[in-house]
Amino acid sequence: MEHSLTAEDQAHLEILQTQIKSSPKGRGQLIPLLQMAQKALGYLPDDALSLVADHLSVTRSEVYGVASFYNQFRFNPPGKNPVKVCMGTACHVRGGEIILENFERKLEIREGETTEDREFSIERVACVGCCALAPVALMGEILHGHMAPSKVEGLVLQVRLEKEKAQREAAK
Amino acid sequence: MMTGDAVNRVLAAYQAIADEARARREQFEKSPLPKIHIGMATCGIASGALETQAAFEAALADRGIEALIHTVGCVGHCYAEPVVIIDHPDSGFPPIFYPEVTPGKAKMLVKLFLEEGDPRFEHVMGATVENEMIPSVMEFARFNREKRVIMERCGRIDPDQIHEYIAEGGYGALTTALCRKPETVIDEIEAAGLRGRGGAGFPTARKWRAARAASGSDKMIVCNADEGDPGAYMDRTLLESNPHQVIEGMIIAALAVGAARGLFYVRAEYPLAVRILTTAVEQARELGFLGTDILGSGLDFDIDLFQGSGAFVCGEETALIRSVEGYRGMPRHRPPYPVEQGIDGRPTVINNVKTLATIPPIVEKGADWFRAIGTAGSPGTAVFSVVGNVTHPGLVEIPMGVTLRDLIFDICGGIPDKKRFKAVQIGGPSGGCLSADFLDTPVDFDALTRAGAMMGSGGMVVMDEDVCMVDVSRYFLDFTQKESCGKCTFCRIGTRHLLDILRRLTRGEGREGDLEQLETLSRAVKQGSLCGLGKTAPNPVLTSLAYFRDEYEAHFKEGRCPSCACRALTAFFIDLDKCARGCDACVGCCPVEAVFTTSNRKKGIDQQLCVKCGECVVACPPDYDAVEKVSPAALVPIIERPPEKNKAES
Repeated sequence: MEHSLTAEDQAHLEILQTQIKSSPKGRGQLIPLLQMAQKALGYLPDDALSLVADHLSVTRSEVYGVASFYNQFRFNPPGKNPVKVCMGTACHVRGGEIILENFERKLEIREGETTEDREFSIERVACVGCCALAPVALMGEILHGHMAPSKVEGLVLQVRLEKEKAQREAAK
Repeated sequence: MMTGDAVNRVLAAYQAIADEARARREQFEKSPLPKIHIGMATCGIASGALETQAAFEAALADRGIEALIHTVGCVGHCYAEPVVIIDHPDSGFPPIFYPEVTPGKAKMLVKLFLEEGDPRFEHVMGATVENEMIPSVMEFARFNREKRVIMERCGRIDPDQIHEYIAEGGYGALTTALCRKPETVIDEIEAAGLRGRGGAGFPTARKWRAARAASGSDKMIVCNADEGDPGAYMDRTLLESNPHQVIEGMIIAALAVGAARGLFYVRAEYPLAVRILTTAVEQARELGFLGTDILGSGLDFDIDLFQGSGAFVCGEETALIRSVEGYRGMPRHRPPYPVEQGIDGRPTVINNVKTLATIPPIVEKGADWFRAIGTAGSPGTAVFSVVGNVTHPGLVEIPMGVTLRDLIFDICGGIPDKKRFKAVQIGGPSGGCLSADFLDTPVDFDALTRAGAMMGSGGMVVMDEDVCMVDVSRYFLDFTQKESCGKCTFCRIGTRHLLDILRRLTRGEGREGDLEQLETLSRAVKQGSLCGLGKTAPNPVLTSLAYFRDEYEAHFKEGRCPSCACRALTAFFIDLDKCARGCDACVGCCPVEAVFTTSNRKKGIDQQLCVKCGECVVACPPDYDAVEKVSPAALVPIIERPPEKNKAES
């Protein structure tokens, strides 16, 4: 899936370029640089991979090979409210998969995808380490424990309502 | 070995730091103001500890009460989060442990306890010390059966304040170690019989001795905090609650093997741990425990942080090395062992977080003290994260040798909702599922391995009768298959085949010979893989096949899931004899609107629409308890949806 860079992305990319230029070189820097790029942009577009590749004098395919190996790196932009559903053992035993399905159904996208308005994206994560609260889902940075299908609906609705409210305020 | 002068210099330097730390601590403790300790690790925050803290602050300000809010790490009692301990000396009560303190409860406690002196007994779990007024929490098995070595200070100190750790004797062991010969330190660890806490249980002293003997300068110590095992989170908790004990252990390790550089390999998914660790390293550096000329001893050692990018295989040491070097994290052949040739060819010691955290207590209290805890073959304690279908989930540190029965039923309160125990999964995707017959197995490295499970990282998932073992095996294979790095053919393709078969079984599409093939293939994957991931990936399949074969056979022969957990083989229906006329509880909760009203004003489930999420089971009032499950799905009683009346535009 190709995503074109937004103006915002372009601006981040330029800042990233100066950051990368002042970073030390050496193969060991590859993963830290990719992490830096993802932090700046939220994902790794081709241009970011090229920046890293040029700086370390390795091929782009090599950089892509490393980036695609690790779960942390993503190649499509995340939604404004990235949903991460925990798929750890404890969450599985307590119905994590059902939570994931409910998000998918509610948002009408599959895991790994972003909604068209870039408002939501869904990811599955291996374990966020809050097993005692299983099943667990993250929306943005906020962790929600003891999830249930009805709670999924509530969370999505809350975000949409807040957005509508903000739009109404802005229209005033 | 240092000269007498240098020894005195180190001791004096430490003494000065410790005196100041103790003075600060004493000032805090002697303060007549009430003290509110709030647990602030990731679990606490997820349960709302930040809101609780804000509520305390607001309520204190509102009422004009002065109190000290003290944020601490995790106490391990995840079921009770957010946990608050209130020490209100003026009230005459001992420090009291409050579970599940919501913002509302926080406000109430400020008013009633801090202002009016009534501790509200209905919300109290217990006092933290023995006294004559309130039963102590130590009377509960969840507290008194534990033996804390690694987690001793977790939940008592503020991880962001190095002086709190020092005031409790922290960095004393480092000072002792600095004044000894490195060999003496290694001898002590060897005498203690410490085995690596990462899972395999390799003797730590042997690793260190090999690294010490290795030729080559610029040796490295790596702390492996790449806790990828789903279901285990003790490393994260430890780093978030008491990072200095791990750092101290790492510096002692560096002295022992002669390393000048250290590296923390922490998962990037643990942002709080990364932040706390960064602060802790800076503070240790400021006080001279890290950097050049540590405490005036002439020794240099410093620590960097590397954020792991989320690949399970990187918990394997040679894969971890590759990823630090900037490559795909694929394991390689050993020898050469990392202690000879590790990161960029340097001799590298890789120890788990818990191993390093065990070092300072051993150096401080001696090998004999450590040997006295646990069993002969596995001295010391083990930290388990007991989760799943258990009443009191959380982190438990117990002496090795406690039986699984004691751990699950006594300490963690057994299975909730009057369900039956079915199995316990130990060691994550590499471990095995043990049935009720194994409940009397003592928890130690060797006994668990003999039973077919393994200590692994210490993740323990308890499963009740509603969990299907075939589905659990499928889950683990799904995980290992995704995480296989792809280097070895058997691991890459074998796990895929295993997964395909298990998927078929959970859908009731099993074929002749599937079970036999699972067994042969499992053994082949074990033999044909290089690293621990492939060698142990089939363990969940093999153990569940051995102990729960009847479940596999039910799936395969009858298309029936005995636990009604595999959704393709299960159907939900509403028992019309139990359903109450006119009750609508299940209608609103159904995410797909599959519940309809029958001609008799009771409810039915449209099997075509139902996604089998189980919400209606939860929603149905316990008085009726009308939603039932049945497997195979074909047995479901057919309830006709009545033709809709006002279907025309209403």
